Amino acid sequence: MFASAGDALLSHGMKQTGNISLHHLQSVFFALANPWVAAGILLLLAFFASYTSALSWADLTYVLPATSLGYVLLALVAKFALHEQVSPLRWAGIALITGGVGFVAGGPALTEHAPSPVEDHETVSSGAKP
Amino acid sequence: MKHLYTWSAILVIALASVVGDVLISHAMKQVGDVGQLRRRAGLWTVVARVLGNRNFVLGVGAMAVAFFSLLFALSWGDVSLVGPAAASLTFIGNAFAAKIFLHERVDTRRWIAALLVAGGVALLAG
Repeated sequence: MFASAGDALLSHGMKQTGNISLHHLQSVFFALANPWVAAGILLLLAFFASYTSALSWADLTYVLPATSLGYVLLALVAKFALHEQVSPLRWAGIALITGGVGFVAGGPALTEHAPSPVEDHETVSSGAKP
Repeated sequence: MKHLYTWSAILVIALASVVGDVLISHAMKQVGDVGQLRRRAGLWTVVARVLGNRNFVLGVGAMAVAFFSLLFALSWGDVSLVGPAAASLTFIGNAFAAKIFLHERVDTRRWIAALLVAGGVALLAG
């Protein structure tokens, strides 16, 4: 179950990249043609779909730090694909985020207080492995 | 004066994002595990169930408010100030809101995570 959670959150983080680039697109709107905006919106929708589905089985305070891995990913993409200079200060930022995500990932994903969602959660975790 | 505008817009962004996140999170807990629901009832049932949830629609509305305030803020201030400031405040605000409104158990571990991530985001975009 943790592996699938990891996968979901990672793909989730990848889509966050699209989300950020959309924000960015707004500011450099003139420089970019329309297809990019359309692609950004599609990525944003994909991000939103995976974000909401993650929220259906995990706490907000668990999902949010995990989505911030997207920022880390964005910095790595900027470094290796776009050959941007990543300053030491930014590496420190990446380290902080990664540490923060590690902190929540070690804990339980869902607060167990409401009886019915917890039951659902249990059946999923046992039923997910056929 | 421009400074004041920028920071009020940042506060509005963070506030609207927190409201949106909390509403959507609440809505998705009402809908339940979508993976399971999809296997049982099909994708379109999931879509209908989610879109038909009042909290979800309100949450998306709050997200839209946040997005447009972001556009306003960007016209007044720098991306490198507005982006990280709004994101960091959203993380910390969400930790409070999740504890108060969603009754999530925000333990020390999660507080530390929220603060680390907020600090990291600020450094990254700063």
